[in-house]
Amino acid sequence: MSSENKRQSAEALSDIAKEIRRDIIRMLLEAGSGHSGGPLGITDVFAALYFGGIMNYDPSDPDWSERDRFVLSAGHMCPVLYATLANAGFFAKDELMTLRKYNTRLQGHPGRDMGLPGIETSSGSLGQGISIAVGMAMSDKLLEHSKRKVFAMTGDGELQEGSVWEAAMAAAHFKLDNFCWIIDNNDCQIDGRLREVMDVYPIDDKCRSFGFDTLIVDGHDFDELYKAFDLFLANLNNGSGKPTAIIAKTYMGKGVSFMEDRFEWHGKPPNAEQADIALNELT
Amino acid sequence: MQEYTLLGSKPTRHGFGEGLVELGERYDNVVVLGGDITGSVMTSLFKKRFPDRFFSIGIAEQNATTIAAGLALSGKIPFFASYGAFCALRNADQLRISCCYNEANVKIGGGHSGISVGPDGATHQVLEEVAYLRTLPHMTLVVPADFQQTRQATIAVGEMTGPAYIRFGRSPVPMFVKEDTPFELGKALVMKEGSDVALIACGALVWESMLAAEELAKQGIGARVINLHTIKPFDVESVVQAARDCGAIVTAEEHQVHAGLGGAVAEVCAKNAPVPIEFVGVKDSFGGSGDPIELMRNFGLTWKEIYASALQAIKRRDNGSTGYHAVRDVAVYREGSNVEELSQS
Repeated sequence: MSSENKRQSAEALSDIAKEIRRDIIRMLLEAGSGHSGGPLGITDVFAALYFGGIMNYDPSDPDWSERDRFVLSAGHMCPVLYATLANAGFFAKDELMTLRKYNTRLQGHPGRDMGLPGIETSSGSLGQGISIAVGMAMSDKLLEHSKRKVFAMTGDGELQEGSVWEAAMAAAHFKLDNFCWIIDNNDCQIDGRLREVMDVYPIDDKCRSFGFDTLIVDGHDFDELYKAFDLFLANLNNGSGKPTAIIAKTYMGKGVSFMEDRFEWHGKPPNAEQADIALNELT
Repeated sequence: MQEYTLLGSKPTRHGFGEGLVELGERYDNVVVLGGDITGSVMTSLFKKRFPDRFFSIGIAEQNATTIAAGLALSGKIPFFASYGAFCALRNADQLRISCCYNEANVKIGGGHSGISVGPDGATHQVLEEVAYLRTLPHMTLVVPADFQQTRQATIAVGEMTGPAYIRFGRSPVPMFVKEDTPFELGKALVMKEGSDVALIACGALVWESMLAAEELAKQGIGARVINLHTIKPFDVESVVQAARDCGAIVTAEEHQVHAGLGGAVAEVCAKNAPVPIEFVGVKDSFGGSGDPIELMRNFGLTWKEIYASALQAIKRRDNGSTGYHAVRDVAVYREGSNVEELSQS
């Protein structure tokens, strides 16, 4: 499916994002464990990527050789990826309720061995997914001379892993203009604010100095997200030789009032009562 | 059975470098990643022959390992080589998650292994990686013994699917494998038949085991020499057969005595055929600077230690220490007896 000419309105994306968020709440309630805040916070970016005509994919042929690839380096955010893939038609939405259960294809962190359609790689040990994505982008651009796109999403706490910067260095060195790095900048990690745990700021200057065309956007504003992805598409189509970094400012727990911007919601699920409130807020 | 004789000497890293070029000629999707020391680990040969399929990643082994996984998930057959100290342990988590858990078709060449690296000293003499790598699900681990076998093993790991690690060294070691000597991953090469004691070795210690077997033969002791080049998947059958036939085993490796080849042999024997085992290897210490031969001698990694260990294993067996072989009709070793006495008994 070439979805590039099917860019949807911000209103349409907003509805899709709400549905994905509702799925996340239902999945986590059923699972009884998992990460709530991060996935809810980055949902709008997923809606834009998968439903805004940015990525080419075919849910009926997940291994389609001409597809664009998305790597979730921050593997713990997988509920949003699973919910997005199910909404995009990669597998039935019923399966979302198996999250984190024995023998599920929806492992607590993505496991490629389980064969869930749309999962390009195992991930969860922070810092690795971005290097995998760089390897994929090298294969596409340098060995196959294709314009297929590769996206990697890291968290912002993940930037504390040194090997992330090895990957960034390589992306610029190999002039991977087919590579788009999305940084979910919600400024929360398990132990607190980034500046308290280990200050990684300024992120944009770091990315620029590593050779990325870099843009900071409101990760909940679809028009800004489109603008950022357009920058990436321009880099790719003009053969700029520059990889793109999109720093998406987001609020952890977005859409659920009692979770918003509260890092204690990084790694826990809602209980039944909280889920009810959340689902009401997300209608 | 093929007779093995000394054919000269050459570093095993040359076998890796030449094997890679052959793979490159056979398969368009073989690509190589460099980690700045491409001349040392001989990936420079591939770089020269196939510049479009060689990528320099710099001194960044974690990134190189993981980029290799990305290339593998894109249908390429990536080889990344560096010193084993840096491409087996610094990147341990990348190997575990991005390569093995992903079942990615990544091949790692671990050069400058063991203390025979020589003057560079302990930081560059990796002696622990076999212990780690053999515990990784899906991993194939090969420790070839000489130039030709390293070449064969390099081609074999390139032609199999799944993550694999090949261990080789810097300094020249005796050559004895010929081009037409069979090589099969997971199938040990029996280099000498014998049923009094089994000498099971990998890497540079294989030829030392052959020398030890020669000395043992002079005492009327028939040693079976097993070149156990593939540590994983492990050739259980050959090792159990050796334990049953000989009742006494010596393992020899240029690696810590703990949890490497010797550990693997001990695990298999404990379960299937408990016999006395003696372990030749580095005894829980780091290496150091020196001439390679001098180091091998000082760390007890020569035929002499293998020979003495064989006598010890036989003695333990004949004393019935495991009860597996209560009575043996060969070489009864007595405390304090020397080699001459032994040969007469």
